[in-house]
Amino acid sequence: MSGYVISVAIFVGIWVTLALSLNILTGYAGQVSLGHAAFFGIGAYASAVMAVRYGQPFWVDFIAAIIITGVVGTILGLPSLRVRHDFLVLATMGINFVVVALFKYVDFFGGAMGLVNIPAPSFFGATFRGGTPYLILVWLYVLFVWAVSWYISKSWVGLAFNAIRLDEDAAAAVGIGAARFKIYAFGISAALAGGAGSLYAHFIGSVFPDTFVFVESIAILSMVVFGGMGTLRGPIVGAIILKAAPEFLRFVQDYRFTIYGALLVLMMLFQPMGLLGDDSWLWQQLKRWFGRKSAPPKVSEEVTP
Amino acid sequence: MRKLIVQHVSKQFGGLRALNDVSFETENEILGLIGPNGAGKTTLFNVISGFLKPTAGEVHYNGQSLHRYRPHRIVALGLARTFQIVKPFGDLTVLDNVLSGYGMPLYRRPKAFFRRYHTPVTERAADEILALTDLTEYRDALAESLPIGVQRRLEIARALATQPDFLLLDEPAAGLTAHEAESLAELIRTLHARGKSIIVIEHNMAFAMNLCQRILVLAQGELIAQGAPADIQSNEQVINVYLGKR
Repeated sequence: MSGYVISVAIFVGIWVTLALSLNILTGYAGQVSLGHAAFFGIGAYASAVMAVRYGQPFWVDFIAAIIITGVVGTILGLPSLRVRHDFLVLATMGINFVVVALFKYVDFFGGAMGLVNIPAPSFFGATFRGGTPYLILVWLYVLFVWAVSWYISKSWVGLAFNAIRLDEDAAAAVGIGAARFKIYAFGISAALAGGAGSLYAHFIGSVFPDTFVFVESIAILSMVVFGGMGTLRGPIVGAIILKAAPEFLRFVQDYRFTIYGALLVLMMLFQPMGLLGDDSWLWQQLKRWFGRKSAPPKVSEEVTP
Repeated sequence: MRKLIVQHVSKQFGGLRALNDVSFETENEILGLIGPNGAGKTTLFNVISGFLKPTAGEVHYNGQSLHRYRPHRIVALGLARTFQIVKPFGDLTVLDNVLSGYGMPLYRRPKAFFRRYHTPVTERAADEILALTDLTEYRDALAESLPIGVQRRLEIARALATQPDFLLLDEPAAGLTAHEAESLAELIRTLHARGKSIIVIEHNMAFAMNLCQRILVLAQGELIAQGAPADIQSNEQVINVYLGKR
């Protein structure tokens, strides 16, 4: 593989984890967030600060980024308990703007010049920036985030996430306190995005506030929605397509956000469940071709005696 | 046996007094709550189950004031409810809806992260509830695809899965055929025979008279009568409320 292809695959991997982590908050727990890039940024900056200011090795930065972003995400999730739906979207947008402003205007974070000269990760004396080892590292993290997402979807917490997404009152009636589970979702989602931020910072070697702005949050949400919110396959496929396509179709690069926007509108109109959502056309076709077990049967109305 | 005590409960919505100084006690019975539209029946349920805080008065359950408990904590005390406008988790199967209730004791524990909700043990427990509520044939159907009568049974099944001592049923027979209503009444009697206390909001007088051991009558937020079905049926004030003054 050429270095260029490897770099693209590393970027794609990082964005797959971002999409999967947002999917836990938005797809599972139903809390639509337009501030996910803030958590991505907090992870990247936490990692950069640990490396540049405190000279810590990669693995310390990485774990610290996950923990710090998880804690900050939990705290930033608290205001979300007071607002629902549209207002939550606005609140998360606000969080994104505030976080980027802090990166930009606080000297400790390097201001608009960002933090540079983040050392390359080294393991057992071997130092590498990019290349196949880093690609493997990133995709191991993808595997980890996928496994966490999968396990959550099978656990009682996952069932509770579904419940609060579908009806908070009904959830309360079976003992599920919406507040607790929203906080869980924010914390987990942020922590996993923090890991992605750390991998990004160590790959690029520098962090700048402009990378983590609001439009990036839109891009991440687009990946989740485009692929199929709430499923495991959807965000992965969405991130791969929306991140890789502009890299290989260079002429598209300049119009990236225009195309994201247009795709979102088209998806909302024709396939609101996403490309590979449970009820989507493509997923139904794939299931037919591969003869997979069909979706739960719908019961007809004529059953009353 | 656990006792539910409603003490001088009032609930004011702006200028509307939805409940006015309502007091009663109940334990180990099938208690009917009847009254015309807007009488405050559902408001009373919402107050008992913690979805609304009373403007004045208190609810005690099992010797404990429910005042500072939020709805999801009140279920944990053993007081479960259904909704008049059914609220199934539409995207989930009937089985998963019931499991969501069965998981009640786990949601506040870290275990909830590590335990899977589909296991032979949990499914067996859910299947028992499905059998009891006659939902077995719908086990794997999505809740939103079911006819309303079946959704009402699912509503009860999900509440039962939380293993309550006390069940508040908000118009469980609304929209059911006569045959369905009869099997619902049978189910409620079975649950009572198994030691559950039940309060049923009901619109249909005949259904309530037939099912309940004692009946409370609410009208315009006030408790105007309580007693055995026969007494209620011959009570002047109740007849006036239901049939208009003669």
